[in-house]
Amino acid sequence: MFSRIGAAQKGLYNHAVMWSFFHKLGSPPWLYDIAGSILRWLLPVTIMALLVGAVWGLLFTSPDFRQGNSYRIIYIHVPSAVVALAGYYVMAIAGAVSLIWRMKMADVAMKAAAPIGAALTFIALFTGALWGKPTWGTWWEWDARITSMLILLFLYLGVVALYEAFDNKEAAGRACAILSLVGMVNIPIIYKSVDWWYSLHQPASIKFSGESAIDSSMLYPLLLMIGAFYALFTCCLLMNMRAELVQRESRTAWVRKLVKQDGAH
Amino acid sequence: MLLRRQLSLAIRRPIEIGNPLVFFAIVVAMFPLGIGPASEQLAMIAPGAIWIIALLSSLLTSDSVFRSDFDDGSLEQLLLAPQPLYLSVLAYLCAHWIVTGLLLALVSPVFALMLNLPAAAVGTLVVSLALGTAVLSLVGGIGAALTVGLKRGGMLISLLILPLYIPVLIFGTAAVQAAVSGSPAGPFLALLGAMLSLAIALGPLATAAGLRISIDA
Amino acid sequence: MYFDSLQAALSMEGHGSFVWVAYLITLLIISAILLLPALRRRRLLRRIATELARQESGYATGKGAR
Repeated sequence: MFSRIGAAQKGLYNHAVMWSFFHKLGSPPWLYDIAGSILRWLLPVTIMALLVGAVWGLLFTSPDFRQGNSYRIIYIHVPSAVVALAGYYVMAIAGAVSLIWRMKMADVAMKAAAPIGAALTFIALFTGALWGKPTWGTWWEWDARITSMLILLFLYLGVVALYEAFDNKEAAGRACAILSLVGMVNIPIIYKSVDWWYSLHQPASIKFSGESAIDSSMLYPLLLMIGAFYALFTCCLLMNMRAELVQRESRTAWVRKLVKQDGAH
Repeated sequence: MLLRRQLSLAIRRPIEIGNPLVFFAIVVAMFPLGIGPASEQLAMIAPGAIWIIALLSSLLTSDSVFRSDFDDGSLEQLLLAPQPLYLSVLAYLCAHWIVTGLLLALVSPVFALMLNLPAAAVGTLVVSLALGTAVLSLVGGIGAALTVGLKRGGMLISLLILPLYIPVLIFGTAAVQAAVSGSPAGPFLALLGAMLSLAIALGPLATAAGLRISIDA
Repeated sequence: MYFDSLQAALSMEGHGSFVWVAYLITLLIISAILLLPALRRRRLLRRIATELARQESGYATGKGAR
C-alpha cells in the first residue's frame, strides 16, 4: 500500500502513530517475526488443549443416554464445523481488506485461510458421516446442516481452484477476494434456503434433536475443543502466512538475512 | 444502446441462440431414457429436472458472455468509456438473459408437457424460470468476469458458480411443486423476485470488479 | 475415567470403531495442515540458501574471468 507513496511522504506517515501501526502491519519482516513469536507459545498450547480435550471427551465423560458412545464424535465434529464456517468469514474479510486498502498482508492471510477452511470442512463432513452410521443407521443424510457444510466445502474449493488457475498471483488474490466476498453475501441466503428446503422434505423416520439438552459435564470438554480448534485455525493461518511470505519475498534483503541467520546455527 | 448491440450481435448468429434450446431438448430426452418412461415417475421429477437443465444451460452459456469481446479488445475500451461500468455490465447480462433464460422460459411448456408435468403448473414454471434465470445470468456473470482471462475457464466457472445457484434452484422448484400440489406459488415467486433485486443491485458491481481484474492481469 | 478397561474403551459398546476412526482421521488431517506449511517454509528457506551460495561463488569466479 505504501509502495506508491513517495519516500518523503512515507517519512511523514511514519511519524503518525496510527499510520505506523498500519505500516508495520503491512511490513512483511515485522509480520513474519510477530507470527513466529506468537506461534512459539500458541502452538504448544493448542496441541495441549487438543490432546486434553480429546482425551477428556473420549475417556472421561459418560455416554449420552440416547446415542450411547457414538456421541463422543461431537468433540471434533462440532468444533471443526464451527471453525470452518468462521474461517470463511475470516477469509472474506481479509479479502475485502486487501481489495479496499490494497494491503498485501491481507491478501496473504486470505490465501492462507482457504486450504485450512477446506480441511476443517472436510473433517466436519467425514466425522458427521461416521457419527451418523451408528446413531441413525446411515452414512449420509441430506440434512440441512450436512448439505450446508457440503456447499461450504464447494465454496472453499472454488476459491482454491480460482487462485491456482491464475498465473499472475496478484490478480489471483484480487479475483479470490471478490469470489469470497460474493460467497459471504450468499452464505446466509444459501443456509436459510437449505434450512427451509429441509423442513419441507424432512423425512419422518429421522429426527435430529436432543442437542439442546446437553449436560454440563459434556459441555465443558466441548467448549474446550471449540477453543482449541479456533487456536488451531490461528496457528495454521500464521504458519501458512509465514511460508507464503518467504516465497513472495524471496528476493528481498530481509529474507536473505533470515536465510543467513538460519544457516549460522 | 449496448443492449441493442448485444442483441443484434446475437441475432446475427442464430445457431448460438439455438444451441441452449437444443441442449435443453436433448437433456430432457435423456431423463425418460435414464429413469424409465412411466409417466407418474416423470411427473414427480419434472420440476426439479427442468430447473436443473435450465441451470446447466445458463451455466454453459455464461462462460462466453464476455469472452469474444475480451479477445478482440472491445471490453478494454468499455472499461475506459465514460458510461458507468455497472450499466454496461447490466446490459451484457440482460442480453444474455434474453437469449437464454427468457427464451428457455418461453419454450419450457413444451418440455414440461414432454415430462408429463401437470398443466396447472405450467404457468408457474414459465414465470419462475423467467425470474430465476435472470438471477442465474447475473450470478453467472460474476464467474464469467473472473475467469474470462483464463485459458481454461470452462470447468472452473461451474465450480465457482454452481454453489451460488442453489437458492434459486430450491425456490424455483418449490414454486413449481407448490403449483403441482395446488397450493399457492406466490410466496416462492416473491422470494425469487427478492433474490433478483438483490442480484441486480450487487451482481454487476462484483462483475465489473472482476472484469477490471481480468483485464489488468 | 468412564471405562473399566482398555478393552471397553476400544470397543465402546460397539461404537468404538466409528469413534476411533473419526478421531484418527482428524488427527491425520490436523497433523497434515500443521506440518505442510512448516515443511514448505523450511524447503523454501533451504532453496534460497543454495541460490545465495551459488550466486556468491558465481561472483568470485566471475570476477576472475572478467
